[in-house]
Amino acid sequence: MQGLSSLMVRELSLAVRAGGGAGLGLGFFLIAILLMPLGIGPDMGLLARAAPGMLWIAALLAALLSLDRLFQADYEDGTLDVLATAPLPLEAIAAVKAAAHWLTTGVPLIVAAPVLAVGLGLPTPAQIWLLAALTLGTPALSFIGAIGAALTVGLRRGGLILSLLVLPFYIPTLIFGARAVDLAARGAEPLPMILLLGALTLLSLVLGPVASAAALRINLR
Amino acid sequence: MSVWSYANPARFMRLSGRLLPWAAALSALCLATGLIWGFFFTPQDRLQGASVKIIYVHVPAAMMAINIYAMMVVASLIWLIRRHHVSALAARAAAPVGATMTVVAVLTGALWGQPIWGTAWEWDPRLTSFFILFLFYLGYIALWSAFEDPDKAADLTSILALVGSLFALLSRYAVNIWSQGLHQGATLSLDRNENIAGVFYWPLLLCIAGFVLLFVALVLLRTRTEIRLRRIRALQLARAAS
Repeated sequence: MQGLSSLMVRELSLAVRAGGGAGLGLGFFLIAILLMPLGIGPDMGLLARAAPGMLWIAALLAALLSLDRLFQADYEDGTLDVLATAPLPLEAIAAVKAAAHWLTTGVPLIVAAPVLAVGLGLPTPAQIWLLAALTLGTPALSFIGAIGAALTVGLRRGGLILSLLVLPFYIPTLIFGARAVDLAARGAEPLPMILLLGALTLLSLVLGPVASAAALRINLR
Repeated sequence: MSVWSYANPARFMRLSGRLLPWAAALSALCLATGLIWGFFFTPQDRLQGASVKIIYVHVPAAMMAINIYAMMVVASLIWLIRRHHVSALAARAAAPVGATMTVVAVLTGALWGQPIWGTAWEWDPRLTSFFILFLFYLGYIALWSAFEDPDKAADLTSILALVGSLFALLSRYAVNIWSQGLHQGATLSLDRNENIAGVFYWPLLLCIAGFVLLFVALVLLRTRTEIRLRRIRALQLARAAS
């Protein structure tokens, strides 16, 4: 337990210190949301209608683009070998790393999203549901993404292949998350979607560490 | 002798060499009979006219597209559990065939949909999940080709296939929430009223048998090619070393 908490502290301090790039995911999220009205046009009605989908797609891409940091640096400098020989199970290490990824990329998005949603004209009653959907759904993005990051950790230019592997896995999260906000924006009941999203996140919390630890073991052979 | 003995590539080569011509010939026979029977000797549909006949290609291709992925999952499991080398190679050999079947199913559907639905593509759950399935095949093929070490590639793609099967199923049912369906229900069913009418049924069954045999023949052929490629590489390495 102490090993895991010190690993978490290490991950977080590496992320916030120089070169860690903790804010980059948030920066990407902001620019992606800015680009969409520029591409679609400043029609407030159209933007409000598209806002749930745009926010979720931007969150997906922000999570995806920061995934290569998850294991790659530790794999290259040998830290991962040391961690793998430590008495901690590799599944727990993968889980801590994915949780740290969520804290440094997922949580800033959750904080920034309501502000951006106002800019996109999302109806006020839907705001709280956007917050709920992102809070429940973004952990799934980190934990599912960890599987893809672990599969491609040995590849020099794994970025494109990582997106080809991970983005199809994000489809259910995107559908449930965006649909929940969309239903709320149109005055319908979003709770079933939120519950499905929660189920998906619970599934990914179990599956992600197990599958990524298996993939890491193969890559470390 | 158990099925596991065919993990020995030499034994597999002997057996598959004998099976391959039979599978290929039977597939050609079934497809020729089924397609000619279906195209020329079945009546036209009351509403759809001659365009109904695309089912003799569309339905078998769609069935194969889904079942090939299931076969790859089973083969990956066998590789992970028993280190059955031929199994890993068969999963690899099946992927491009499955991707092609997915494309064939979507394209024949589009050809049929243009006159009947009035649109070649609709964001319907079934159509979209086939699009997603195609992406799963692409990711699988891309991951195979990204690694030089064949055993590592087999291990990692097996994990991808297992995790992918779960997410493919999840996506299949998630898209039902996302969109209303335009695609009709299943063509084949044990329920007599649901099932397609008898005149179309038998040629369709022959075509499905033909597609299954075609898949078997292609996978055997591709697996044999891969085993021979590895032998050549091993021989070249041995020569370079000596």
